[in-house]
Order: sequence, then structure tokens, then C-alpha cells
Amino acid sequence: MSEYKIIDHEYDVVVLGAGGSGLRAAVGLSEAGLKTACISKVFPTRSHTSAAQGGISAALGNMGEDDWRWHMYDTVKGSDWLGDQDCIEYLCKEAPRAVLELEKYGVPFSRTKDGKIYQRPFGGMTKNYGNETVQRTCAAADRTGHAILHTLYGQALKHNTEFFIEYFALDLLMMNGACKGLIAWNLNDGTIHRFRSHITIIATGGYGKIYYSSTSAHTCTGDGNAMALRAGLPLQDMEFVQFHPTGIYGHGTLISEGVRGEGGFLVNSEGERFMKRYAPNAKDLASRDVVSRSIAIEINQGRGVGKEKDHVHLHLDHLDPKVIENRLPGISESSRLFANVDVTKEPIPVVPTVHYNMGGIPTNYKAEVITLNASEEVIPGLMAIGEAACVSVHGANRLGSNSLIDLVVFGRAAAKRAAEIIKPEMIHEEIPQSETDKCLDRFDRLRNSNGPNPTSELRTSMQKTMQSKCAVFRTEKTLKEGIEEIRNTFKRIDSISVKDKSLIFNTDLVETLEFDNLIRQAITTMDSAYNRKESRGAHAREDFPNRDDKKYMKHTLTWLNGSKTKIDYRPVHTSTLTNEVQYFPPQERVY
Amino acid sequence: MVQINLPHNSKVLKGDYYKDKTGSKNIRKVNIYRWDPSKKENPKIDTYEVDMDNCSSKVLDILNKIKNEIDPSIAYRRSCAHGVCGSCAMNMNGKNGLACTKSHSELEGDINIYPLPHLKVLKDLIGDLSTLYKQYESIEPWLKSSNKNNETENLQSIEDREKLDGLYECIMCACCSTSCPSYWWNGEKYLGPAVLLQAYRWIIDSRDEERKERLQKVADELKLYRCHTILNCTNACPKDLNPAKAIAEIKKMLATT
Repeated sequence: MSEYKIIDHEYDVVVLGAGGSGLRAAVGLSEAGLKTACISKVFPTRSHTSAAQGGISAALGNMGEDDWRWHMYDTVKGSDWLGDQDCIEYLCKEAPRAVLELEKYGVPFSRTKDGKIYQRPFGGMTKNYGNETVQRTCAAADRTGHAILHTLYGQALKHNTEFFIEYFALDLLMMNGACKGLIAWNLNDGTIHRFRSHITIIATGGYGKIYYSSTSAHTCTGDGNAMALRAGLPLQDMEFVQFHPTGIYGHGTLISEGVRGEGGFLVNSEGERFMKRYAPNAKDLASRDVVSRSIAIEINQGRGVGKEKDHVHLHLDHLDPKVIENRLPGISESSRLFANVDVTKEPIPVVPTVHYNMGGIPTNYKAEVITLNASEEVIPGLMAIGEAACVSVHGANRLGSNSLIDLVVFGRAAAKRAAEIIKPEMIHEEIPQSETDKCLDRFDRLRNSNGPNPTSELRTSMQKTMQSKCAVFRTEKTLKEGIEEIRNTFKRIDSISVKDKSLIFNTDLVETLEFDNLIRQAITTMDSAYNRKESRGAHAREDFPNRDDKKYMKHTLTWLNGSKTKIDYRPVHTSTLTNEVQYFPPQERVY
Repeated sequence: MVQINLPHNSKVLKGDYYKDKTGSKNIRKVNIYRWDPSKKENPKIDTYEVDMDNCSSKVLDILNKIKNEIDPSIAYRRSCAHGVCGSCAMNMNGKNGLACTKSHSELEGDINIYPLPHLKVLKDLIGDLSTLYKQYESIEPWLKSSNKNNETENLQSIEDREKLDGLYECIMCACCSTSCPSYWWNGEKYLGPAVLLQAYRWIIDSRDEERKERLQKVADELKLYRCHTILNCTNACPKDLNPAKAIAEIKKMLATT
């Protein structure tokens, strides 16, 4: 592989990804005086955190009484008891501090009459352990993610974080079971860069693009997850894919849960507010998996709206236009652009749309990557945060506004932990050349592929398989077909076609590498889903409609070798971190 | 009279023509600027015949269709596909905008797609925004406050918070700055509308304690006063923001303090 020019770097920490979690980690690391590189395939403010709308949860109690323990209970219940309660305790307890910190950084939060951060109701967020709705979700109108992302980028600039922008990461460098850095391709000039680091933090986000219709950006290809798989590490709970109840019909653009938080509601073809039948108390503010399934049932039973009766209506035309203007300006714009709808006069056509991956790289609450080897074992030198990670705080289903808080709490935790681990006298070990060769072999092979299968065709084939065989409702039959179909697509990568052979901004090759990353996650998702023969959170099996705590109160771990998966399980943590709160034992989950 | 010619290698040539292969009766011609730094060739305009019966409504859908079905080598930035990330800013039929929010039905005749004007082109539709990013860094886009109390937030009234509306929404797509003739001529020194709008966002934030210093920092013949209120910026903004007004507000504050 001598034809590639390799440039070497040494850093204390390399953060891969510059979205909300990557930037928050980078800020903390730079503050701690660690030599930090932040690598991203897009300019930081283009990251998908910018698309988060409704808000960030934290029990600040600005709109009435609140308690982080109530937030913890809601999150445990939302997770359908698959979340690790020690991690959830950490998330909810640290949340208020993390939000106040963001405010100090300059996030332009909306305000209450007395000048505090405005908080709105959100799905599954309740008072006093499930009793009534609470206003816990801190908002900057309906552009909270955008506001946080831009502010965090400013902080990273303030702390002189070194950025490597428009670099596409290829593989992790592993040695004796530890991570020693990574290799990335600089799209700007075509050079290959080898970063050696004491700690590598994966913050590459989700992999929504394995599906045909999703709210995800084109860039949500889970590159870090695939790098972990190629390094021989498992991914956790990949079967849990969240369908957001309200993506714009036909286009997939997200319409924030904040719409229902501010009083919007769903209606079927009979003009009925059907959510009251499925969730008598929370109604339209039940958690996302519940609302998405309810919509799917309405459509399946012939009560969908439109020519094809394949979607439902989201009304906010009854709301005060002032509320819409001040608190929901972004979704008004999206509805106009992508559904041709004036939200003050007409309903928005919506349908459940793939939105979030609860699964990812398994970590503990300090963001250290773990694997299963008799017991939970930490992979030295490797951390994961944000949507790429599976801490697991979201378990089988994430509550709305719990992802933004996950980004900053665990971004911050990763930086703290790295500062504890890294000592000034640590040296960078020599990494065998074989690691570099292995990485560049794959790169070079894909770059020089001249087969008959265009990347776009294989990608569409994968996306259609996932969409039809691994959707809101799943059965043994569809999953079995899916397992076979997805492998047929995977095989065809051997004869993929890459037309552009150049190295500078070769987006043909970028998309091919992204597809190679996606299909590995598609396989692990499909196989994990097949193996979980119960219904829990976002994983709804028609053939196993109930939760089975006896058999499946455990995390799925999936390794991938070629197209072969190995599946094992890890117990769900049944204790809390401190005695400030007690473990919440499993209950029936009703809203 | 002096004859000034552009360098030979900057001349845009006629490129390849990709004829429709679907047999569609609803065809539009799409002309796209192409330049590959790894070939020592002039830029060219490739023409693609696109079947509009099977194409969604936005210009980005056309580009994706061409990349997926006709020519995978074409390079452009894209990410969120709904106007929040600012990646796919480009020039479409002479006007800057986001390809993901621009409906092709609003464009008349053949569709001409170019990179944002007056940027160094890196490849095809990808322009070099590094100067603009450095300028953004120079305005120090972070809150300067001595309040270190971590137990409570800074208080801000609803009215003071409203002053940030129309400013904080900026996605830094650069449609405004690259439509500004002043920025074309003095882009290295004049901050341009995008960065000045961001500067004003921090100047007007009631929580910030360095308003005076921030104002002084931009009060410069070149950094600020190269704005000649041409208003191309406001006209170009795909988020309906008004950078020209933000600049005028900065000038007004400087004149009255």
C-alpha cells in the first residue's frame, strides 16, 4: 500500500465526530489540558445534532416541582426496563448541571416570564413516578439541537480544540485488545492520516440510513459502529430502532414531539383522536414506541387518511398562532416546504419514521467501551458517546428530549474519565504495520472496484429490505426473510462499482465506504431482532406480543465476522449507582 | 483600450452530454459545473437529461437522482436534506440557495447548477469555506460572562431573548456572503454578512458582558464598513433572515454610543 501517503499524528485523545457529544467531550478534554484532536467528515455545525428540535430534558423545576428521581423513573419505564439503572441515575442526576452549563456557554434557550429557561411537556415525562404530565424539556423554540450544536462549536473554538474537518475515518488501530488510535482519509487533499492516541472516543452518531425512510441525514451512517465491528467488538441492543410517530408523510422530515407537547394531537380518517384508546392518561404524549404502534394499527385497520389511507393527521391549527410563531417556528417552515401545509389552517400528514438507534457500542456510565468476556470487561483506550453508544440509558425505547441530554452528560463524563486515565508520562507505543495495511487494503479494494453493482442500487436494496422486514411490527417470517435478503445484498458488495478513482472529495467512494458501514449494521440489527423472541419497547414482535422478563431481561451483544453474526447476552444492571435512589423493579408499562 | 483576459485554464468548457435512457416524456436539462482537481483540465459544464416524472420536488432530489442513476462521480455536499445543516448551499439558475429546500418547479427553463460564487472550488460543486470559518472564529462566538455560579442559569427576559430571534437561526451556509459583491472583492478583510450577523447575535445578547469590546472589534473600515447596503445578502438567505439589518444595527450602535 505504498502508493498512499501517510501522515502521522500523536494526541492524548482523538474524538471521532463533532456533533453534540463529540464537541462536548472535546471542550472538556481541551479544558483539562489534554492534547485533543476532533475529527469529522463534515464541518461541525453540519452534524445531525442540528436537526434536534423539541428540547433537552433536565429536572430543573422551572415550571413547577420536579425531581431527578422522577426523571429517572420515567426513563426506566420508557426503556421498558432494559436500561441500566446505574447509568440512568447518572444521566438524570447530572442533567440539570449539564443544562445550566450549556446556558452559561450561551445557548439561547426560550424563557419563562421570570427569565428562567423555558420547559415544555414531552412524551413520557411525568411527575411523582408516572402520575401527571410535567414540564421538563428545556427548549430553544423548536431549534434546540441547532442552538446547542452552534454554541458547543463556539466553546470548542474558545478552548482551541484542533479540528480535522472533512476527514473520513476508516478504521480503528487495535493492539492486544486495546485501541491505539485510528486511520482517516483527508477528503481535502486525498492524504491518509494515522492518529495515535491514548484514548479514542467514538461519537459518530446513529445509523438511520439503513432504512429507506428516516428522519436521519445522509451522513447518519454509523461509521464508528462499523469500525467497532471490524475491530472485533460487539454492538449492543441493535434490534431497538425508534420510529418517531411524526415524520412528514412522503418525505420523512421530522415534526417535533414538541408539537404535541404544546397541545397538538393526532387524528384518524374518522376524525377521531385515537390516542385516547391506546393511552388513556398520557394520550398523544405517551412514549414514542406506543404512539408509533398506535398509528400503525390505525393504518392497518383502514383508518388512515389520504388516497392510500397510509398516514394520519397531526393537528395544531387549534393552537394560538402566537404559540406556533414563538415556540414552533421551525416545524411551520418544514411543513410549508415539504408538505405544502400552512399549520395554522391545516393538519400535517404524518407517519411513523425511523428516527433513532437505541443500540450501539456498549459502554459503562463513564463512557468506557465494554465487551463480554466472562464478565464486563473494559476495552482499554476506547470510549463511545452519544447515539453511537449504548450506555444503556435508553434501553428498548428512548424518551423524547433524552438524547440531547445523553450527548452532553456523557460527552462530559468521557472527558472527565479521560483526564483521570491519561498521565503525562504515558508514551505512544509502536503499532504493527499490519493494522494499517489491513485498513488500506479494504480502502484500496473498494476504491478500485469495477463490478456491475452501483453503490446506490445496493444501498436502496438494503434500505427496502430493512423497511419491509424489520419495521414497527416484526414477525418470525419477515425477519427470517430479512436475514436472507440482507445477506444477498451484502454478497454483492464483492462486485460493487466505484466510478470515481480520485482521492480528493471522491464522494462516490465516500458513499461506498458508508454503504459498507451501513450493511454491517443492517445485518446485526436484523439478526438481533430475530433472536429476541419477545416484545419490548421499540421491538414489537407480532408472534411474541408480550415482554418476557424471565428470558429476555438482558442486553443483546452481536459480533460480526464476514456476514456471520455471533450473538450473546449481558445482564441488565439491577442496582443503582448510589443509595440516593432505589432500583425500580419491572412493572407493566401503561401510559 | 486594455484587453484583460481570464487565465486560459479558468475558461469553462462544454462538457459531456448524458442523454435520457428511460424514454421519459418529461425531461429537463440540468447543466452542472464540473471540475476535478486531480485532472489537469479546465472546468466544464456537463448536461444531464433528467426524467422529471420520477423525481421528487427539490433541486437536491435532482442531484441525488443524477448521482444515483446517471453519474456517481459528481461531487457536492449534502446532509440533513431539510434546511438545517447548511451543507448543500449552491447557485441555482443564478441565485444562491439550499438545494434541499429549493423547489425545481420554481426554476425556469434548463437548470444551471454552480458552486457558490467567488469561492475557490475544491471539486465540482464543493467550494472552500475556510476563510469564512476563520472569520467566524475571529468574532469569538461564545458567551462572555463573569457569572460562574453553576447552581442557577443567567436570567434573561422574554423581551431580551426575542432580540436573538432572526439571528441565532443562522446555519452558516454562506449563501449571503457569497452573494455580496463587497465580499467578492474584499473577502479576505471584509467580514461579510454571515459573520457580521453572527457578531451582532453576541453583541445584542443581554447576558454578554463585553458588548463594548465586541463593537470596537468590528468597528473597522474594512471589517464592517465595506457593507454598502446592496442587500443581496438578505435576498439570498434561505432561512429568511436579514443580515443587512443586523449590519445596520451594528452601525447604528456604533454611531450612537
